[in-house]
Amino acid sequence: MADTSATRLKPRPLSPHLQIYKPMLTMMMSIVHRITGGALYFGTLLVAWWLIAAASGPSAYTTFETFIGSIVGRLILFGYTWALLHHMLGGIRHLIWDLGYGFEPTEREVLTVATLIGSIGLTIALWAIGLIALGGAR
Amino acid sequence: MNAPHHIRTPIGRVRGLGAAKSGTWHFWHQRVTSAALVLLTIVFVVILLNLLGRNHAAVVQILGSPVVAILMLLFVGTGVYHMWLGMQEILLDYVHDEKLKIMSLIASTFFCFMVGVSSVFAILKLSFGV
Repeated sequence: MADTSATRLKPRPLSPHLQIYKPMLTMMMSIVHRITGGALYFGTLLVAWWLIAAASGPSAYTTFETFIGSIVGRLILFGYTWALLHHMLGGIRHLIWDLGYGFEPTEREVLTVATLIGSIGLTIALWAIGLIALGGAR
Repeated sequence: MNAPHHIRTPIGRVRGLGAAKSGTWHFWHQRVTSAALVLLTIVFVVILLNLLGRNHAAVVQILGSPVVAILMLLFVGTGVYHMWLGMQEILLDYVHDEKLKIMSLIASTFFCFMVGVSSVFAILKLSFGV
């Protein structure tokens, strides 16, 4: 390892980064996949809080329910729902590509658009089911 | 293997690892956990839908039942490992300062352990009571 100060200070050429290229759908969705992954990373705090609250007792659970039922809580949960479904569908798309399928220009675009439409559609459908179920329970 | 002038030692060849000291495990673990998480995420969503609108006692009973608890443990465990791998990749891509890079990687490991252990403990407590 020639990690001397001379080699370290020499400015090395870097490969062109994102801003060089014309934005394309597959590229934007790759970025969104990473962003939703990062969001879900912190979203697990919500899952952990929910589980700990349930394990702690009724009053802790009520605190969690109050938060998640508030406007802010519902917005976060809505975002978490979409991020989870989008990352899952994007993951399936990546697994299809890993297996060597779906690389033709139209296939790529169809898969990518399907991920986006699917995640938005599923999120709305799940929330509709959830809100109807909640309405019925009360 | 027709080049007789190998510099690599036999053990090095067997391990199949170069100067990076590691192979494709990161990529492979990411894919295997992602395949598992497709199924586990569907399971998680179904569990959540079934818990909607239920009171604390009912939620505790359902989450604590063996099948649901096992599925939740699998979801949390696989999910935390998957997100640890993913965040590692993100940090290695974007954090260029060496010290900050190492610190953020360690912080991410701490975070994942904390979230994972807390969730697993909560599920076990729900299941075994007390």
